[in-house]
Amino acid sequence: MSKENTMTVGQAFIGGVWTEIPVLRLMLGLCPTLAVTTSVKAGLTMGLCVIFVLICSNFVVSSMRHLLKPHLRIMIFTLTIAVFVTIADMYLKAFQPVMSEKLGPYIPLIIVNCIIICRAEACAAQNGLLVSVVDGFAMGLGFTIVLCFLASIREVLATGCITFSPTLVLTILKPVEAGGWFTPWASMLMPIGAFVTLGLMLAAVNQIAGKKS
Amino acid sequence: MDFLESLLVGFVGIVVINNFVFTKFLGICPYLGVSGRLDMAFGMGCAVTFVTTLAGGLTWLIDTLFLVPFHLEVTRYVCYILVIAGAVQLVEMYLKKFFPPLYKSFGIFLPLITTNCVILGLCLFLNLWQVDNIVLALVLSFGAGIGFTVAICIMAGIREAMELADIPTCLAGAPIALITAGLLTLAFMGFSGMIR
Repeated sequence: MSKENTMTVGQAFIGGVWTEIPVLRLMLGLCPTLAVTTSVKAGLTMGLCVIFVLICSNFVVSSMRHLLKPHLRIMIFTLTIAVFVTIADMYLKAFQPVMSEKLGPYIPLIIVNCIIICRAEACAAQNGLLVSVVDGFAMGLGFTIVLCFLASIREVLATGCITFSPTLVLTILKPVEAGGWFTPWASMLMPIGAFVTLGLMLAAVNQIAGKKS
Repeated sequence: MDFLESLLVGFVGIVVINNFVFTKFLGICPYLGVSGRLDMAFGMGCAVTFVTTLAGGLTWLIDTLFLVPFHLEVTRYVCYILVIAGAVQLVEMYLKKFFPPLYKSFGIFLPLITTNCVILGLCLFLNLWQVDNIVLALVLSFGAGIGFTVAICIMAGIREAMELADIPTCLAGAPIALITAGLLTLAFMGFSGMIR
């Protein structure tokens, strides 16, 4: 294990939110991305949980990076992550029961979210505390941005509005039932909507990134 | 007879109707990552099926025999992930000893089965569905693995055929694979409603 930092704080931040943005560039963490993006609120909750778990697990892994034994590494990482996911899950169950019900097993499934293990391995095990925590925050932020973006596309096309709570509904396209012109696309809520929207988003990012180089 | 029927219904249901990849979005990473070649995809599917069956059965036993009677539900996720990591280690050792060529061709993907969401997802769903006997738990675990194998093999077949197709550069690779996967889910949706 090297003792020097392999990147600066600034590089870690930019890496997380653009050059290595988790879902779109690294192709990691696809399962929750596809599963929870039926509504913006679910996507946001998921994103915040991932930010919390990433920061905490990066902090712990980074503080014990000199003690890690190569063959037990992955085991230690998953156990660390599992502990923080349990905390996040209990918090949601206590304070956000509706969201917890809706996300169901996808919250515990954060344990096997590849982004978190990838950051523990690629960043936290080799860098100091500050860089690791910033990296965790930036990666989580990038993940949350992608989730919210994808969720807003899907939710608007599927229902015509974004629902934050029963009283706070943001209507963007007025559906036919409410006297508007927009016919909601039911397929956007189904698996196909998730796959095709994410595929097109990836294509758009490839196009933009390809032009630059 | 009722018991056998419930087993059969559960198995068919989890393989085609509630296929984990197509309806629950579990195991998407290996589904897109390893589906380049048909033989690798099949090998991956077999390994995952073995690990899910083992892990599904073991976690069910641990859950009913230890966690619930002793009120230790809070450690559930930690226990599950430990069992899965152990099962994967077992498969790795077995393959290394008896099938070295297969072991070499898997490379990094073998340890990565630990982080395959199908397995942890299945253990959590067994808990959520409140499966109450070990035989049903084993059949469902095996079915989930078979469902994953079916999905990844279909995908690998399509991607092998697609290699010769003329795809716009920005869509090449992952984007077109995602769109293909989307169309496949549409096909599998035709099965919904077959069993209640």
